[in-house]
Amino acid sequence: MTSTLTISALTKRFGEVAALTGVSLSVAPGERVALLGHNGAGKSTLMKIILGLIPATSGEVTICDAAPGSPAARRAVAYLPENAAFHPALTGLEQIRHYLALRGEEQGQAMRLLEMVGLGKAARRRIGTYSKGMRQRVGLAQALIGNPRLLVLDEPTSGLDPVSRREFYVLLDNLAAQGASILLSSHALTEVEARTDRIVILSQGRLVAEGSLPDLRRRADLPVMLHVTARNGYGADIARLLPGAILVDGALHLTCRQSAKLETLGTIAGLGEKITDLEVLPPSLEDLYAHFSQAAAQ
Amino acid sequence: MIRILSTARTEFRIALRNRWVAIALVLMAVFSLVLSLAGSAPTGGLGVDRLSVTVASLTSLSVYLIPLLALLMSFDAIAGETERGTLSLLLAYPIARWEILVGKLIAHLSILALAVVLGHGLAAAVAIWSDETSLAGLPSLVRLSWSSILLGATFLGAGYALSSLSRRPSGAAGLAIGLWLGLVVLYDLALLSAIVADNGGWFSTEAFPIALLANPADAFRLFNLTASGATAAASGVGGAADAIPLWQSLASVLLWPIAALALAAAAFRKVTP
Repeated sequence: MTSTLTISALTKRFGEVAALTGVSLSVAPGERVALLGHNGAGKSTLMKIILGLIPATSGEVTICDAAPGSPAARRAVAYLPENAAFHPALTGLEQIRHYLALRGEEQGQAMRLLEMVGLGKAARRRIGTYSKGMRQRVGLAQALIGNPRLLVLDEPTSGLDPVSRREFYVLLDNLAAQGASILLSSHALTEVEARTDRIVILSQGRLVAEGSLPDLRRRADLPVMLHVTARNGYGADIARLLPGAILVDGALHLTCRQSAKLETLGTIAGLGEKITDLEVLPPSLEDLYAHFSQAAAQ
Repeated sequence: MIRILSTARTEFRIALRNRWVAIALVLMAVFSLVLSLAGSAPTGGLGVDRLSVTVASLTSLSVYLIPLLALLMSFDAIAGETERGTLSLLLAYPIARWEILVGKLIAHLSILALAVVLGHGLAAAVAIWSDETSLAGLPSLVRLSWSSILLGATFLGAGYALSSLSRRPSGAAGLAIGLWLGLVVLYDLALLSAIVADNGGWFSTEAFPIALLANPADAFRLFNLTASGATAAASGVGGAADAIPLWQSLASVLLWPIAALALAAAAFRKVTP
């Protein structure tokens, strides 16, 4: 399968400062990739190079077999910039009609696009009266124009409430199902956890980790948390059997290595009647992110 | 072409909502009416028709007003998009940078043209209604109208260039006002004081005509006063019009818009969102 986006050995320098160093990445059709990194890790720079807004210092980027910024690539790519604020004097409908015209699409679709992002009722109001979340939806609506092959979304869900976020990811899932590739950056790690196929972690301009979430968990080999709830009176007994366990509000908290997880679970299962509940908490994406970022810094 | 027209339509709508259209039309209409009514009293002695006198007054007015309106409409064009974060989005669309500039130019220039035609039309109506010989002044008025629009294009281009060079709209506004003060007000004052100090020497004979032609606002005034033979009715720097051949000021009036827009395109090309 040919990739929609291929990046190889991409380097970008601003004078002496290296914003990106040797980044290689490819995104297949229908794949949803989350780009994670601290502020200044190079996410926005990477996106701007993909869009052809700034040139790369070295390395190669191709989008659907075209160079970034070429007319063919621009037709294939949709973009949502971070914190885009559209002209306050225009209505949502007028703004989307303009963007449709710029892509050479039928302007009559504007209302349908706005309804898709839940702005149907506000379409004829000026953007100046919109809330931050509504402006973000205008941005999403324009990114949906013309069945793009690649969507580049910079913090797409910032300013959206939890319900809107879910609706937004449903929209993305539909696009991905139709073969669109999605590259998005986000600070809300928990939401990309369930909603993307692959995670890419950038740190100080370098790609420090890449893979699916289970894959990253296995590689990081971070400790797994286990919460064991003891039957009344057995707390102290169990604590003796499980070295390193701490008693918190009648529950025992303990951690074990990924590799020792099954063995520990076996021990706990052997306690039988003495326990009432067991919870296994795998390392969160936040933990993985901190782990890979720190590992790269050292 | 659809992209340029859509950009122009959107910009026109923004200008309409921001009241720029109303401001430009009202300013030009009011000033033109005032000048054509006030210019009626002393015409008898000059032996020229009433409209020609009005044209001389309108020329002096346009030198100040047209550049100001053009700069006010254009300073936000690029810097505003940068600040709102929509410039990077716009440039990710399949639209060339020159198409964006041309779209904005069409919108802004048509607003200026509307204001000029309305103002000058009112002035002509008043003059012809009160003095039938004023028809003789119509060619001068037509000349003033198209050269005013070209002057507007020059300062729109300058405004786009300043807007591209500064990162924020407030900075662009400051530069625009500075440019207006410099070219329209201080430039003439500096030339006059230099002439006084020079007392008929090399500066007055050699450098002064070139200095006038180099400034689009002065070239515009020079061209209109020379062409209509109305130098008698003019004063100040305009009085120098006799010394400079018409073709030179015409060339300056025609070339400046091209130069300013080329400058704008070059400055916009350098902008990285």
